Amino acid sequence: MADAATLRATPLRARLSRDDLIHGAGLIVMALFIVVAMALPLFWILSKSFEDADGNFTGLVNYIRYFSTPALVTSAEHSITIGVVITVVVVGLAFLYAYALTRSCMPFKGLFRIIALIPILAPSLLPAISLVYLFGNQGMIKELMFGESIYGPIGIVIALVFWIFPHTVMILTTALATADARLYEAAVALRASKLRIFFTVTLPGAKYGVMSACFVAFTYAITDFGAPKVIGGWYNVLSVDIYKQVVGQQNFQMGAVVGVVLLFPVAVAFVVQRLVQRRQMAQLSAQAVPLEPKPNRRFDLIMFACCLFIAFILVGILGVSAYASFVKFWPYNLSLGLENYQFDLMDGGGWGAYWNSVKMATATAAFGTLIIFTGAYLIEKSQRYRSFRSALEFLAVVPLAVPGMVLGLAYIFFFNDPGNPLGFIYHSMAILVLCTVVHYYTVPHLTALTALKQLDAEFEAVSQSLKVPFYKTFARVTFPVCLPSILDISIYLFVNAMTTVSAVVFIYGPDTTLASVAVLNMDDAGDIAPAAAMAMMIVYTSAAIRILYGLATYGLHRRTQAWRAR
Amino acid sequence: MTQAHEGTEKAAGQAYLHIERLTKMFDSFAALKDVSLDVHEGEFVCFLGPSGCGKTTLLRCIAGLDIQTFGRIEQAGRDISVLPPSERDFGIVFQSYALFPNLTVNKNLAYGLENRKQARTEIDRRVRDLLELVGLTGQEDKYPAQLSGGQQQRVALARALATSPGLLLLDEPLSALDAKVRVHLRHEVRQLHRRLGITTIMVTHDQEEALTMADRIVVMDHGVIVQVGDPVEIYRAPATPFVADFVGTMNFLPGIAADRRRVRVGDVDLECAGEVDWMEPGSSVTVCVRPEELMVADASRDGPNAMPTNVDGIEFLGAFYRATLAVEGMGTERLTADIPPNLVRSLDIREGANLTVIFPDDRIRVFAGR
Repeated sequence: MADAATLRATPLRARLSRDDLIHGAGLIVMALFIVVAMALPLFWILSKSFEDADGNFTGLVNYIRYFSTPALVTSAEHSITIGVVITVVVVGLAFLYAYALTRSCMPFKGLFRIIALIPILAPSLLPAISLVYLFGNQGMIKELMFGESIYGPIGIVIALVFWIFPHTVMILTTALATADARLYEAAVALRASKLRIFFTVTLPGAKYGVMSACFVAFTYAITDFGAPKVIGGWYNVLSVDIYKQVVGQQNFQMGAVVGVVLLFPVAVAFVVQRLVQRRQMAQLSAQAVPLEPKPNRRFDLIMFACCLFIAFILVGILGVSAYASFVKFWPYNLSLGLENYQFDLMDGGGWGAYWNSVKMATATAAFGTLIIFTGAYLIEKSQRYRSFRSALEFLAVVPLAVPGMVLGLAYIFFFNDPGNPLGFIYHSMAILVLCTVVHYYTVPHLTALTALKQLDAEFEAVSQSLKVPFYKTFARVTFPVCLPSILDISIYLFVNAMTTVSAVVFIYGPDTTLASVAVLNMDDAGDIAPAAAMAMMIVYTSAAIRILYGLATYGLHRRTQAWRAR
Repeated sequence: MTQAHEGTEKAAGQAYLHIERLTKMFDSFAALKDVSLDVHEGEFVCFLGPSGCGKTTLLRCIAGLDIQTFGRIEQAGRDISVLPPSERDFGIVFQSYALFPNLTVNKNLAYGLENRKQARTEIDRRVRDLLELVGLTGQEDKYPAQLSGGQQQRVALARALATSPGLLLLDEPLSALDAKVRVHLRHEVRQLHRRLGITTIMVTHDQEEALTMADRIVVMDHGVIVQVGDPVEIYRAPATPFVADFVGTMNFLPGIAADRRRVRVGDVDLECAGEVDWMEPGSSVTVCVRPEELMVADASRDGPNAMPTNVDGIEFLGAFYRATLAVEGMGTERLTADIPPNLVRSLDIREGANLTVIFPDDRIRVFAGR
């Protein structure tokens, strides 16, 4: 037993090695980044919501005014309503689709997988524009609306179901793909009916996946700005309210209040999700036998029919915008041409906006990947500073709970503050990149963390015993082994930077208009065909990058990942 | 708690590794409690114990991967207590091998050498020597995933030895291997140790591994060292019932001291070879005897410590039979005895047979308490 004398002695402290000191410095830089690019702006928006137009502290006055303005409170109700409806619809459809992909033997699974991802390549403005062409006042098949207007909740729901679909399908396919065949064999051996097996084995196994999908769907649905802006009509929601308060009425304080109100349900959903996930245990033990679906003609046919229907709608919505972008003058002159792509003849930013977007997306992919992967590496692989690292790890997932509109508005407040020495980046490309990196920080961070956790935890210990500094091991082992994930991260950032509207709509400057913002402005000005054309430019670019990436990784994989083969 | 620190061996001269009163706290849990140990130059020492006994924590403290909360570690006369791993002198092999998956065998072995600004030819020569040392010549351009588990283990070993460290640390190095390969590699590691004479510490929970490989075994339990000794000592003269139970198989019989030479189990008196000086007549004791030390003979046999017994059950274990014996007068206590097959045949031992079981008096160990 340790006697009293040793217990009274002060505990030993490890002498820090050079590696430890560099890690520490890196972690401090990372903390500064998070504080400046996320924490401080969020603090600024929060404090603005308690101030009047002249910057005097007024307590809850703004909030009282907000909650006593019926029009504003209605928006909050609207947001929650469409959030719930969209969540139910999209998670239901995505579950069906993912179930078909993972549990049936239907043909063309690979193709269906790709089709499901199409909406990711487009800004949320695109499905809304397509819906206008389909069901709007001069819509191709507006009879199908039976007199209802597409401008309003119906339009928002359809547009966002389209746009959120791929995210939920990805989560649910992963959840449904990892099943243990032995559980099913046991259930069959116990003579459970198909329905009973579904409710007692399948659904519990995918429970956490379904919850994650619900969280993502709800968050995306209530924070999206593009779809309700284009097709919301008089049906106001919170994200559009923020925009109207700030851009329309220049009422920044009320904008901040609406932002905080929007932050609230997202934060609640986020906390619930974290609590639920904490209880999640490894679903799959090492000895699990992967489930291989068995052919069943009737079931496979039904599943095929469902997927075909969903895929048809997905392709159809994209197709309508593509078609509309080439039509000379809808609905009077249906001949095709490239007139709508002559952006320089229209307001909204022209081709310059497009190239700005490409620049911004490239910079976001480059710097974002560097920052996010390095950050994840420091959090996961440095040995000391345990509590510091877990604090940073928590901060790194916070952006997931911050709506883009709120972040963008926060950036105005913070970087446009006359006292801010960093104010010079306001209206520059840098602030757009910074904001986009922070906005999309969490998902790539988790991807990087997963990739790093798959590496043997003892690589660093071995390197130390061989007296090799950590950065050499990083360069020679960690980086090459994680390369596939790193490329995934950069593609994710690129595509999201191309399509995002919500965060950047507040902070673009006269010289830094973006393609997605141009879509918004052209639509606002009634130039809906050029808006469709610009939205399609975003799709073409994202798709091209994806395809290029596919080809490049195929080649790269053969060259640098040879060691994976047995 | 009794601690048998260095009870058996106090070699002349300075210890190569001197561990003094190490305590390691994880929050309020003490993984190591005031542990002291000396390891001598060239020795092969095994830390043996069940999982959670602190053996791996002790190894990690020696490596500097965890820093002890209190206590002092000296290696070759240098105080290394708070040094980071990169400033200590050791090579390490983990259970997972931790081979760099994207580097060939050659590059894995050269990994530590390349950092020392040695000439390329010198590195190449050293790598060739290492490959030869572990018998992997010809495999140098393969990736770890293309090697068998045993081969990967050898690469890990060679990589740890590449920089000629003064101390080799092995953390359950053989646990992930198949039984056959494991036995083979045990022998090889031992041979390697003989050839290089490098001071080696191996952590294992496998008593057979410890018994066959170690010069000295350090048995640990609940963060303390329970016994230190050579394999024969540990097996023959376990210091506590825990060691007796953990290493090998053991019969435990509850008894009462009759006097300093005799213990009573049920109605039966057993004689011990010598006086057990702490034994007070009437105090409760636990009597231990290994199954293979029990002798069986036909029912007519008589003599000291010979008891009439009945075979309760018998199990065939390949090289021997394991019998469960009910000794007359011992009530419901059952003895386990290992019997060679030819004896089973000649005495025609089967369930229900009557026999005599003899407790060799010099093989009985008595511990205080129950």
